[in-house]
Amino acid sequence: MTPSPLVQELILAVVKVAVVIGALQGLFSLMTWIERRVLAFMQFRLGPNRTGPFGILQPIADGIKLFFKEELMPAAANKWAFLAAPVVAVTLSFLAVAVLPFGPPFTLPRLQFLPGWLAWLWPEWLHGREFQFQIAAIDVGLLFIFAIGALGVYSVVLAGWAANNKFSLIGGLRSSAQMFSYELALGLSFVGIIMLAGSFQIRDIVAAQAGWFWKWNCFVQLPAFLVYFAAATAEVARTPFDLPEGETELVAGFHTEYSSMRFALLQMAEYVNMITVAVLATNLFLGGWHAGIPGLPSEGLLGFVFWGGKVAFLLFVFIWLRGTLPRFRYDQLMHFGWKVLIPVAAVWILITATGVALAGW
Amino acid sequence: MDAFLFYAAAALAVLSALVVIGQRNPIYSAFALIVTLCSLSVIFGLLGSPFIAALQVIVYAGAIMVLFLFVLMLLNVKREEDAPGRGGRALAGIATALVTLLVAQAGAVLMRAEPGPAPAFDASTRRMAEILFSPHFLYVFEATSILILAALVGSVALAKKDL
Amino acid sequence: MDHPTFVQHAVLLSLVLFGLGTLGVFLRRNVITVLMSIELMLNGANLAFVAFSRAAGTLDGQVLVFFVMVVAAAEAAVGLAIVIALHRHKDTLDVDAFGVMKG
Repeated sequence: MTPSPLVQELILAVVKVAVVIGALQGLFSLMTWIERRVLAFMQFRLGPNRTGPFGILQPIADGIKLFFKEELMPAAANKWAFLAAPVVAVTLSFLAVAVLPFGPPFTLPRLQFLPGWLAWLWPEWLHGREFQFQIAAIDVGLLFIFAIGALGVYSVVLAGWAANNKFSLIGGLRSSAQMFSYELALGLSFVGIIMLAGSFQIRDIVAAQAGWFWKWNCFVQLPAFLVYFAAATAEVARTPFDLPEGETELVAGFHTEYSSMRFALLQMAEYVNMITVAVLATNLFLGGWHAGIPGLPSEGLLGFVFWGGKVAFLLFVFIWLRGTLPRFRYDQLMHFGWKVLIPVAAVWILITATGVALAGW
Repeated sequence: MDAFLFYAAAALAVLSALVVIGQRNPIYSAFALIVTLCSLSVIFGLLGSPFIAALQVIVYAGAIMVLFLFVLMLLNVKREEDAPGRGGRALAGIATALVTLLVAQAGAVLMRAEPGPAPAFDASTRRMAEILFSPHFLYVFEATSILILAALVGSVALAKKDL
Repeated sequence: MDHPTFVQHAVLLSLVLFGLGTLGVFLRRNVITVLMSIELMLNGANLAFVAFSRAAGTLDGQVLVFFVMVVAAAEAAVGLAIVIALHRHKDTLDVDAFGVMKG
């Protein structure tokens, strides 16, 4: 009894969603540990090393602690908005993941040798099927990511306003201003690569980077890559743009009044945003799952290894930046976003457009 | 499936529009307007225009409403109170709305709008770009950039404390 | 997909939204809420444009929606700047307080 194509797609979609959400949450816990260890090593100290071997159980210890902490809510806070802000943040950050490809397309193997009681795990309609870890391959994939980023400002605004606290409000307004200022530069940096690939679909942009590694967009569109990286770091509020989180700035910014599990949700939203941005950079600029050398096969497991390696390297670069650069001041941040990144991105679009029109790049 | 999504989004849009005009606290009205805009974006997508749906979220819900919320939060607006001349105002509003609906319905009847099956069309971004940059609309497109520049300069000039 | 019905009901929805927006412009006392009701009316018009573009099979309606969005953004920006200037002048956002030119 083969299910109809619609049900097949539905089952596959549900499985993909479950795997991606589980992987992201696991990666979030792992990232907290990696970040603390790597930052510590950069600062010539050890980091968490007591909970389990090399402190690997530290995220679990943090989770247990946060679970048992008291959840405070300010008396004059707007109850529904206060409760809704972490939910909105997490929902939007996981929603953006839906259009990202998480690896190369591959054909599912035909496992014929499963015993009878396991055979339902690998039904007939899965044998030899084309499969890619992308939950929704919509035509306007990049615009969708941009839209989710635009909506992501609201979680910050809601959180800052709901707590009925001057520091929260100003911190929330400041960080949302930072977010949507750098969103413009982010969007402009996409335009060049969209022109080269001729499509908004992320898969087509990755396919346009096949071949030698100098065809990757980070070399062909170097200014766009630099603008994208700076804007993405500011968008997820990582150092050097982490004004919302710096303890010396406005207490803790928009998440001042959040404790325990709600704070954990806001942190999860931030880390998932960081992972999203790293995956997007890998797919759009670093050639996705293509190895830089045409001889190496990029489909299947090897492609996934290359892709994973690039994402891991970008996440390491984010941590590296955090351990190296000091924080921007707010007016320096705004100046950089509006007066440096946007003109650079706009001029680069002009150059790319001229090149595409004249030389057919 | 599409029908369910369409009617759910339409119901949500009407409900949140009612909250926009009914709610006393302007910040709640702003949040309700954001919900309306997002459900309208869903309807745009169902009507076959993914580009406009994405633009609706990016421009309207993602930028214009953020501007509204900023102004509301920085000016610290409070709940509205009831106005003395409220009854007459409500009557005028309802009368205007009814007249608009009647005129629109009369127009539809007069033009004998008979919707046949909608022809399939290619609403891709490439097609949109071909039309936007065609001689038909190119001048308008460039003129809107001047409009945005004028709005930018004007709003900064109007809101500055000392010129 | 029942497209003719979608288009009809979408036009009906746009009329409802436009009517609600008009009601909001008359009913509300806060200037910013009046501006938001105007945005609601503009969205109703946008929906009508998109629905008729679907019915006609051309993209001209969607191009017009693009321009309406741009104009709405510009108008919202300038309108809110005016609101800020008004608030600085009178320290209230009540529409009835700005009747200086009446009569």
